[in-house]
Amino acid sequence: MKFTIKMWRQEGPEIPGSFVEYSIDNVLPEMSFLEMLDNLNEEIIGRGEEPVAFDSDCREGICGMCGLVINGMAHGPKRACTTCELRMREFPDGAVITVEPFRAKGFPVIKDLVVDRGAFDRIIAAGGYVSVNTGSAPDGNAIPISKDIAEKAMDAAACIGCGACVAACPNASASLFTSAKISQLALLPQGHAERKQRALRMVEQMDREVFGNCSNHAECEAACPKSISIDNIARMRREYMKAMR
Amino acid sequence: MTAGAESILNAKIPEGSIQDKWKNHKAGIKLVAPANKRKYTVIVVGTGLAGGAAAASLGELGYNVLNFCIQDSPRRAHSVAAQGGINAAKNYQNDGDSVWRLFYDTVKGGDFRSREANVYRLAEVSANIIDQCVAAGVPFAREYGGTLANRSFGGAQVSRTFYARGQTGQQLLLGCYSALMRQVDEGRVKLYTRREMLDVVLVDGRARGITVRNLVTGEIESYAADAVCLATGGYSTVFFLSTNAVNSNATAAWRCYKKGAFFANPCYTQIHPTCLPQMGETQSKLTLMSESLRNDGRVWVPKKKGDDRPPHQIPEKERDYYLERKYPAFGNLVPRDIASRAAKAMCDDGFGVGPTGYAVYLDFGDAIKRLGKDMIRDRYGNLFAMYHEITDDDPYQTPMKIYPAPHYTMGGLWVDYNLMSTIQGLYVLGEANFSDHGANRLGASALMQGLADGYFVIPATIGDFLAEHRPDGLTTDHDAFRASRNEVDDAVKKLLSIKGNKTVRQYWWEVGRIMWNQVGMGRNEKGLQQAISDIKGLREDYWKNVKVGGSAEDLNKSLEFAGRVADFLELGELMARDALGREESCGGHFREEHQTPEGEALRHDDTFCHVAAWEFKGAGKDPVMHKESLEFENVHLAQRSYK
Repeated sequence: MKFTIKMWRQEGPEIPGSFVEYSIDNVLPEMSFLEMLDNLNEEIIGRGEEPVAFDSDCREGICGMCGLVINGMAHGPKRACTTCELRMREFPDGAVITVEPFRAKGFPVIKDLVVDRGAFDRIIAAGGYVSVNTGSAPDGNAIPISKDIAEKAMDAAACIGCGACVAACPNASASLFTSAKISQLALLPQGHAERKQRALRMVEQMDREVFGNCSNHAECEAACPKSISIDNIARMRREYMKAMR
Repeated sequence: MTAGAESILNAKIPEGSIQDKWKNHKAGIKLVAPANKRKYTVIVVGTGLAGGAAAASLGELGYNVLNFCIQDSPRRAHSVAAQGGINAAKNYQNDGDSVWRLFYDTVKGGDFRSREANVYRLAEVSANIIDQCVAAGVPFAREYGGTLANRSFGGAQVSRTFYARGQTGQQLLLGCYSALMRQVDEGRVKLYTRREMLDVVLVDGRARGITVRNLVTGEIESYAADAVCLATGGYSTVFFLSTNAVNSNATAAWRCYKKGAFFANPCYTQIHPTCLPQMGETQSKLTLMSESLRNDGRVWVPKKKGDDRPPHQIPEKERDYYLERKYPAFGNLVPRDIASRAAKAMCDDGFGVGPTGYAVYLDFGDAIKRLGKDMIRDRYGNLFAMYHEITDDDPYQTPMKIYPAPHYTMGGLWVDYNLMSTIQGLYVLGEANFSDHGANRLGASALMQGLADGYFVIPATIGDFLAEHRPDGLTTDHDAFRASRNEVDDAVKKLLSIKGNKTVRQYWWEVGRIMWNQVGMGRNEKGLQQAISDIKGLREDYWKNVKVGGSAEDLNKSLEFAGRVADFLELGELMARDALGREESCGGHFREEHQTPEGEALRHDDTFCHVAAWEFKGAGKDPVMHKESLEFENVHLAQRSYK
């Protein structure tokens, strides 16, 4: 297969970027999108030019490190799929593919396709935990948790923190990310002692990080590689309202 | 190679019966008073289960912790990718499990090449790990009555594996990450992301800090501390294609080796039996499918060589369920090394399937008939989806095709019972150390060991050292730090200055090829000698001909990999040397010259019941091997049998 890549190149945070066109040949349909980029970079290095910087790590869809906007869609055209899991067979041979970084004020570009998602860590630091010191835990079976609740909590906990929800949202809202953690810990009894303070602090931190508000577009759910539901956003709002009282 | 220096290694195993060692040790070690802890600084490198748990727990205790990772967030560490589960001797299933049995299974699974006292401690704290994770909000799988669910893993005849769907590593890591971020919020842990450790700094022979490259600005920075904990994972990426993350590497551990930390059993590598077969030469990594699949999946190949009929057209009686045939007692749940070797043997003999002939079937047909599609989806849904995604084959309809791939390294920096390396004040945790898994790790034990080291071992043992080594106000202005920064800076500049005509990735691929062919699943004297000479040649070529590109002053992935590949070109040789010296087969180390008539690993306990710990003697000089002899006082040394 053969493709033309319209690639976002940006040397640094303060330097304006632009699209640069590359063509790539000998792409196999079973190659992942990032393997295609690896090969393109080999060619670019071979020509003595600066390779395209992009983040990736596990390459099996679980670490959340990769994330590109491909043809205008966070993580590309396939639903419930990270960039690293996306295969080239999803694109017609000869296609022109546009590649950009996740764009949001809360995710400043570091270089080319690499962005700074430190805001997500700061949101978690604001309360995305149960305050239990190592060594002070009761027996694991001391608190029974119904299978149904455990499964719902797991659905929310499946978030990989990639930031596609922010990139997909017209408001660049981080609501899906924040609500997934708030939901997980609101559902589980272990999280109940701190649920009010957690909802307040995490939501406030999210606002401080210059993410926009949620206005129910649900683009986040559509882009989420783990199909995290916007029900979590509703739960976050309830938690926040209850905590305000 | 010399063996005359056994006394150099003191494992510091506490006195007493195996059941009492850890208890007695904890009761006897020195403590740092609560008000004094904040006067100490501890560096933790790595934020996976071992590093994250250590940083969080040391922060909770009141130490001043500096925590480093190469990714943009601690939540990305490769522990995140572990799928199947975590072992613990809870005996919630009433199926006869106990601390003793987990200890025994782990020693046996490791083919009697691990340190008894460490393994017993691991089994002992396993139950506390589950409690801690549940309390932190890890959504483990539950039964309808609300209690924790378990499943079985290889090498065990009990169900002691706790899990969170097929993403247990992710959930445990996020639990540990949340505890870490709580400490960040409280100001006790300071986080340094996108930093790669490139040197350990020694002052008066003691580890007092590290030098890192800031991967965004390119700056070479150093940090001082009272002790350094390394939790930087294993070195499977030396094979180029492995199930590890692309950024997983050996550099931090390797640089410590070159500063005096002995490297133990580098040849003990684990090739995981259930991975997706390689598809092409441009592939960047291999994908693992959890071992838990072997609970319900049956492994088979056609009885006829070169049978290329699609699997559903091969009738039952023409299939060879070779694991069930060869190992009736454990069947599809034999340990990983045995399952991997059996797959290789079937394929080498011409029974393999798929386009390359290097794959075997993992079939869920019977399980779906027995339990229904919904139950199977419940247990393995995300794994099936992942398989479908990558291969475009639906495992609900047709058997998976699998083949072994490099996955985990049991070898690592040598540590004593306290997890201290041969460098004073340098501790090594998790996969980066060598201690608990012997020559083969059992499934669901890596998560257990990482968290045991981080949550429960290091918080106890580090205090003993720190109490004896009071803070002395050392800063990074000290000459040792300046020298370290210069050394690192020179190495970075050297790589960029070569400007040859072969990319870093090409060299990585080549060294990986050598390692996979000669130091992989089957090893022999001739091949290992060939590997040593080939790697040497490739290494010399690398320093003349590598093309890195970009600059040292900003984010430069090619430069990051260049340093790592330079280290693989040295580590690979040490692995081959170790494999050459160990003239026996044990666990993941299979020397073709040493096998039973049935083709099983044949150990030589009279000559090789020891840890081989290698000491760096300088560039261009041969390393020296030191032995720590392994005493088995509680477990009887036996030929492993899973029949």
